[in-house]
Amino acid sequence: MTAPVAAPPAPTRTRVPAWAGNPWAGFLLRRLGRLLVSLAVLVTLAFGMIHLIPGDPVRAALGVTAPPDLVDARREALGLNDPLGVQFVDYVRSLFSGDLGVSMTSGVPVSETIGQRLPATASLAVAAFVVVMLAAIPLGLAMAVLTRGGRRRSTELGFTSTSAVVTAIPEFLLAVGLVFVFGVTLGWFPVAGRSDAASYVLPVVALALGPALLMARIVRVEALAVMDEDFVRTARAKRLPPLRVYLRHVFPNALTSTLTIGGLLLSGMIVGTVLVENVFAWPGMGMTIVSSILAKDYPVVQGIVLVYGAAVLLMNLVVDVLLAVADPRSTIREG
Amino acid sequence: MGREQWQAALRNPVGAVAAGLLVVLAILAVVAPIVWGDAAEETDPAALSQGSTSEHVLGTDTLGRDILLRVLVATRYSLGLALLATAICVVAGVILGVLPAVLGRRAGRLVTAAVNLAVAFPGLLLALFFAVIFGVGARGAVLAIGLAGAPSFARLVQTNVAAVAGRDYVAAARVAGVGRFRLIARHLLPNIGEPLVVNATVMAGTALLSFAGLSFLGLGVQPPAYDWGRLLGEGLDRIYINPAAALAPGVAVIVAGLAFTLLGESIAQVVGVRAVRRRTVPEPAPQEAAVAEAEPDAVLAADDLRVAFPAPGGGWTHPVDGVRLTVRRGETVGIVGESGSGKSLTALAVAQLAPDAAHVTAQRLEVAGVAPLGRTGAEVRELLGTKVAMVFQDPMTSFNPSMRVGRQLAEVTRVHERQGRRAALARAVDRLRTVRVPAPERRAHQYPHEFSGGMRQRAMIAMGLMSTPELIIADEPTTALDVTVQRQVLRLLKDVQADTGAAVVLISHDIAVVAQLCERVVVMYAGRVVEEVPVERLGQAAHPYTRALLASVPDLATDRDRPLATIAGRPPDPADRPEGCAFAPRCEFADDACRVRPGLAAVAPDQRAACWHPRSQPLNLALDAVTGGQA
Ligand code: SF4
Repeated sequence: MTAPVAAPPAPTRTRVPAWAGNPWAGFLLRRLGRLLVSLAVLVTLAFGMIHLIPGDPVRAALGVTAPPDLVDARREALGLNDPLGVQFVDYVRSLFSGDLGVSMTSGVPVSETIGQRLPATASLAVAAFVVVMLAAIPLGLAMAVLTRGGRRRSTELGFTSTSAVVTAIPEFLLAVGLVFVFGVTLGWFPVAGRSDAASYVLPVVALALGPALLMARIVRVEALAVMDEDFVRTARAKRLPPLRVYLRHVFPNALTSTLTIGGLLLSGMIVGTVLVENVFAWPGMGMTIVSSILAKDYPVVQGIVLVYGAAVLLMNLVVDVLLAVADPRSTIREG
Repeated sequence: MGREQWQAALRNPVGAVAAGLLVVLAILAVVAPIVWGDAAEETDPAALSQGSTSEHVLGTDTLGRDILLRVLVATRYSLGLALLATAICVVAGVILGVLPAVLGRRAGRLVTAAVNLAVAFPGLLLALFFAVIFGVGARGAVLAIGLAGAPSFARLVQTNVAAVAGRDYVAAARVAGVGRFRLIARHLLPNIGEPLVVNATVMAGTALLSFAGLSFLGLGVQPPAYDWGRLLGEGLDRIYINPAAALAPGVAVIVAGLAFTLLGESIAQVVGVRAVRRRTVPEPAPQEAAVAEAEPDAVLAADDLRVAFPAPGGGWTHPVDGVRLTVRRGETVGIVGESGSGKSLTALAVAQLAPDAAHVTAQRLEVAGVAPLGRTGAEVRELLGTKVAMVFQDPMTSFNPSMRVGRQLAEVTRVHERQGRRAALARAVDRLRTVRVPAPERRAHQYPHEFSGGMRQRAMIAMGLMSTPELIIADEPTTALDVTVQRQVLRLLKDVQADTGAAVVLISHDIAVVAQLCERVVVMYAGRVVEEVPVERLGQAAHPYTRALLASVPDLATDRDRPLATIAGRPPDPADRPEGCAFAPRCEFADDACRVRPGLAAVAPDQRAACWHPRSQPLNLALDAVTGGQA
């Protein structure tokens, strides 16, 4: 046989570790580079924040009645009297040693505060994300199967309009509604604080409901598009049971966009915790950043903004890498 | 955005409700503070933190002020601030979005990169960032929300500008020396107005919700002023005493936010409104000829096969319109016709693989001894199982890109014969070897994109051979391949046919390809069979259409110096076929008799044609050139 060989033999996917010329190495390098640039911009902005505030932030934090020499001593302590360049270098250097500064109001190191608050926020976000994935993918697939080829118009309309409406309601308003129904009226779940598993229910639902429906819509649309593909016809020609066709042939190929949206949703949910935490008095970073903004405790705000921002950037990186892994056609070469 | 489109948006029920709500809200925003402004500030020491009473329908707050009145009065502030933030967002977004087009290449790239970076961060994070800089309070919050929304709006403007900037009139304006700013103001912005209006409307909804969020957190409106978000925050603290104090402002926010969002979306949808009509199942057309008696050894027998699709204007079209087709055991039959003749759909319908929207009827349909019509999908899968193998046109798209080739083959055996993974894979490797895929063990572990086109098509054939099919339907199996590979695939099909004794139906637009492989040729035109002829009698083809097809094939033309004949005109649209003979508009022999539709009638032993004036003069064809190897 003289079968022409299409491309030079594609790299086997098992040998991922970097060697020169490996598309994976190039991809990861490029992607890491982009992450570093984004992080640098983030750090610069967090640093710049305190200098962009009109007037004297220390004066604002301590109040108009504070004696001038106290203000000046505090400015000196924060290094605000140094030239801007020196301050920036100091800031970056202390960042690398894990030092995020000291709270202006309590004197506690910011890193300590974040260390205490981060687990509460992270557990909330992760739990909500898991719920979104577990609920949205089966729902979206089921909806695609039920409404394929223009069937069951009323089901389709009901699903799309309900999900459109619910998605448009912000999580903190859903949270208030949930508090009223399940906390106040039915008394099923606690409405404030973080304790046992039951205390997670309402915050997680409030955070997950909108994204789950949005995701289900995307999964449905993607799955419908895949169902029109030739290879699904091939699968039907093999007389495979429908469940197998959907799970093995349709869904894996709708995964790419599901992942993309999932990543976007997760970064949105990380920040959505701020509002939900404040509704449920959840002792996480969201409560802290709001009270710190109100108290003009800028070092704490800076630190938390950095953490949120870095979390979002990391999420985006993870999604990009997952996308490259999920797609065997290796679009990674295009960067 | 034309006036008609606005009207259409309002005629859509969702759009109408949303617009109605917005009008009510606007009136409230103007009227409520004037009428109830003072009453909402009135404290009632006798009724502090009350639930619903006859005097205060939604109860009172900690100072004894009426919640209902406060919610109504807060409409003005809430809407006003949201619109202000929207305005800032739109202006900043348009400036950022247009800058790359105005600035030089470098600076433009920088702006684009900055916007892309900012878009990666969720809006709320940006809003918090700006809220720190601009300070807590209504002014800070307006700026924060406006600027936080600007990057995504800028992204939108950029994409739209980029789409428009490539158009001819913009290029013409540029050539004419129109300045950059004028170009933007006169040529770019007006042409992207429509999506911008839609998105600004949606943005207003988002701004309203975000503002409520900031005020709820205590970062927005500061007392004694109040908006819905502030009222919500205050009400939440006392939700056990008076739930209405939290729910009423919450409902107000949701209603207003939805009104903006839904209005925006229904405007956006107007362009693509689809009328949904109920349809009745198409009537089977009256039977033309008596059902021919079944041939005892037929693997495929179809009589008066019709495939109907819902037509856009209501009713049905019939791309396959009464096909009669018989394939005997072990026979090789070619179906030929131009694209749109219904040949592929015929094959799909026979194999019970027609698209979901299609409606398949037949006087009689038997495939491998099974009458599939009217059975459930599960029954068809059970009965047909592996008796019919399909080979599709484009091997590139016909394999699942995310599954290894070996597993896609093995799947057949695993499902239908309940074999284990290993045994099934071993058979897949064996079949790949049968179709002469080199290094089949290695290839089985590869993904389809790692195969060449010809190899993929051979793997497709191997997939059909995973069990023992009685009928192989190959739909344009070689069209997507280059000439040498075409030949290999055809030879392989021939070998497979000889080895397994399966009948093969080969569908092609290319009568030369069919002539190479088949014993009998069925010619289709406009959803019907117009001629059936044994391949060795192609030279005596009777139907003018068959003759025209033959004359247009370079390999068959004897006189290479004469220009190739082409068939003038196009096949008729299935929705709009001529009355009598569908070929009449393109036929040089058409006359009045052809106004009546001709039926298939014998013109020679084993040869039938649907024509009032069948040709009898032999064609001068170099048939041996293609069939030589076979006959
Ligand atoms: S029936 Fe008439 S129009 Fe049709 S192919 Fe024959 S001669 Fe031509």
